[in-house]
Amino acid sequence: MIELVDVRKAFNQGRPNEFWAIRGVSLTVDANRVTVLKGPSGSGKTTLLSMIGCLSRPTAGRILFETQLLSGLPERFLTAVRRGTFGFIFQQFNLIKGVTVLENVMLPAYPLGGPRRRLEARAHDLLAQFGLAAKAGYRVEWLSGGEAQRTAICRALVNDPRVLVADEPTANLDTQLSRDFMGIVGDLRAAGKTVLLSSHDPEVYDSPVVDRVVEMRDGRLAGG
Amino acid sequence: MSRTDRFLWLMAVLALATALTFVDATLRSHEASPRLATSAALVQELGLTDLALFTEARYTRHLSQADLHTAFQDHPLAFEHFPSGSLLAPPAHLFPTRHADLAAATEVPD
Amino acid sequence: MPIWLQRQKYLIDFTLASLLRRRAKNLGLLLVYALIVFALASVMLYTHALRHEAAHVLAGAPEIVLQRMVAGRHDLIGEEHIARIGQVRGVQTKAGRLWGYFYDPAVKANYTLMVPPDREIAPGDAIIGAGIARTRGLSAGDYLTLRGSDGKAHTLRVAGLLDARSELVSSDLVLVAEPFFRAFFGIPAGQYTDVALRVRNAQEVRKVAEKLTLLLPDTRPILRDEVLRTYDAIFNWRQGVVAVLLLGAILAFVVFAWDKASGLSAEERREIGILKAIGWETSDVIRMKFWEGAIVSLTAFLLGYLAAYAHVFLADAALFEPVLKGWAVLYPRFALVPTVDGLQLATLFFFTVFPYTVATIVPIWRAAITDPDTVMR
Repeated sequence: MIELVDVRKAFNQGRPNEFWAIRGVSLTVDANRVTVLKGPSGSGKTTLLSMIGCLSRPTAGRILFETQLLSGLPERFLTAVRRGTFGFIFQQFNLIKGVTVLENVMLPAYPLGGPRRRLEARAHDLLAQFGLAAKAGYRVEWLSGGEAQRTAICRALVNDPRVLVADEPTANLDTQLSRDFMGIVGDLRAAGKTVLLSSHDPEVYDSPVVDRVVEMRDGRLAGG
Repeated sequence: MSRTDRFLWLMAVLALATALTFVDATLRSHEASPRLATSAALVQELGLTDLALFTEARYTRHLSQADLHTAFQDHPLAFEHFPSGSLLAPPAHLFPTRHADLAAATEVPD
Repeated sequence: MPIWLQRQKYLIDFTLASLLRRRAKNLGLLLVYALIVFALASVMLYTHALRHEAAHVLAGAPEIVLQRMVAGRHDLIGEEHIARIGQVRGVQTKAGRLWGYFYDPAVKANYTLMVPPDREIAPGDAIIGAGIARTRGLSAGDYLTLRGSDGKAHTLRVAGLLDARSELVSSDLVLVAEPFFRAFFGIPAGQYTDVALRVRNAQEVRKVAEKLTLLLPDTRPILRDEVLRTYDAIFNWRQGVVAVLLLGAILAFVVFAWDKASGLSAEERREIGILKAIGWETSDVIRMKFWEGAIVSLTAFLLGYLAAYAHVFLADAALFEPVLKGWAVLYPRFALVPTVDGLQLATLFFFTVFPYTVATIVPIWRAAITDPDTVMR
């Protein structure tokens, strides 16, 4: 489904502090599978995830989504692909403070301009599905860590993306919540989603719902 | 009603009120025309030249009849001592826009 | 609803939500902003209406007023001068006017004493303006005593009041009979304050003025055009003065608003990164910020303008009265005829709404084009 061909990524290219975060990664991610990028911090997991999720572009190499070449697309189209295809769950959850849970969930759909009633119904459905129905009108800063993450999941799902990208999703959760999260990942897989995770948490890569673990080190794949 | 709808309604009401000020202005200026006519008739009858806005000094009461130095006639270095004097410019006939031939013909300096 | 419209509504909705997060601060900003617009719009409406009224009312002033100048001062003009005007063609009527100022120490006010050209007033009678009547507490039948140039007290019976509706031009007038006027000020017969001329053909006014300056070199003609222009220019200039007075306040607000609108906090930058990461385009972010600027400035503009309209035309510009009154004891009471100049309103709109909106958008530009992956780092 997603194919990476000799992808490289440099930061501060051409300057004295030039740094190659990804040094030639070729990888194929299968549809409807849970894939984990495993590795210590600084190994390039996050950088690779952000390139796959169209948040940034590789310095060299190609990224294909099905038959479409993503790595060459101009920003506008990249954003459109990102909005329609990928849902993101960030390590810090990255919810917008001061705004209600419901609105946070609806935010990714605003640029699409669909009817408000339908969007609200969809957001309420998602919140209900993740046990947050009673919290819809809350401000996000009043949520617990687990609730905040489930809100972030709802937000990632609101545009019904085919791929879910989660960067260190359990870093801010305790063991029980981490297991709950992996349970949700299993449900998403069952619902036909492709899930891509990065983690160095055994709760994640040892979880039974994971189909494939790709190990990374120093910007390269370590086996896998 | 959603927050946005309430806001848009507020804007619509304010915009409507703004439009109504134009209507109000038109209606009231019709209403006021007898009053204006009274003033205009008095101006015509008495040959008045000025508004009685600032009555404290000659050059502000009959502004258009004043000349450049009226304010300083009592002493060449006198300071303006009425607040209204600082709000008012000298009358228009003292400015160069006046046709040059007339200014040249007069032997009385303004 | 079309998609683009729904999109704008979503953006407005989010902008409102973010503005309401710092409710007190943003409402405070809105209030100060509206106050500035209110002050500017009040000056604008007031001066425009006054100019309009002056132009309308003074349209009936004499075409030419001829003053005699002696040693740089306005002096009395004699009958022989008036007789010579008769030689100038185009002059329809000419009349020596008698008017002058009287300072009344009792109330510390200046009156304008005047002999009406066509109105019969019994010697010893006076018709007074509404301002004097109010200040001295006089009504018809009362007596008004003034000290004349001969040092004696002259008593006038108030025969009537001038129509209060004409107060803007007649507030301080005391109309008296010619014999009284001459005796009171000690002006000999045959001498006048100035001469009012009526010229039938408006095209000829300048020509007549030119001839007069040649014929009577010690006189100065003042044309009605110039009177009107004086009033037109005066209020323009005054508007400028008030604007200068306001400038300090405006500058302070600009600094504050610039800081508020353009200063992007780390928190805001992070939010923009999040919005981009979850699928907002750069243009969506900029549009959202545009709405932020537009919502604040448009609301402030409309509120400020409406308050100014109410102030000037419903409350008779009560806040300006102390400024305009100055030291004058006699101040006319008048309600201005509401006039709104669309162009002026548009100018005010441009100078208040536009800069704020731009100040909001410009700094966002740089933040909005940052890579969305910053939130992942």
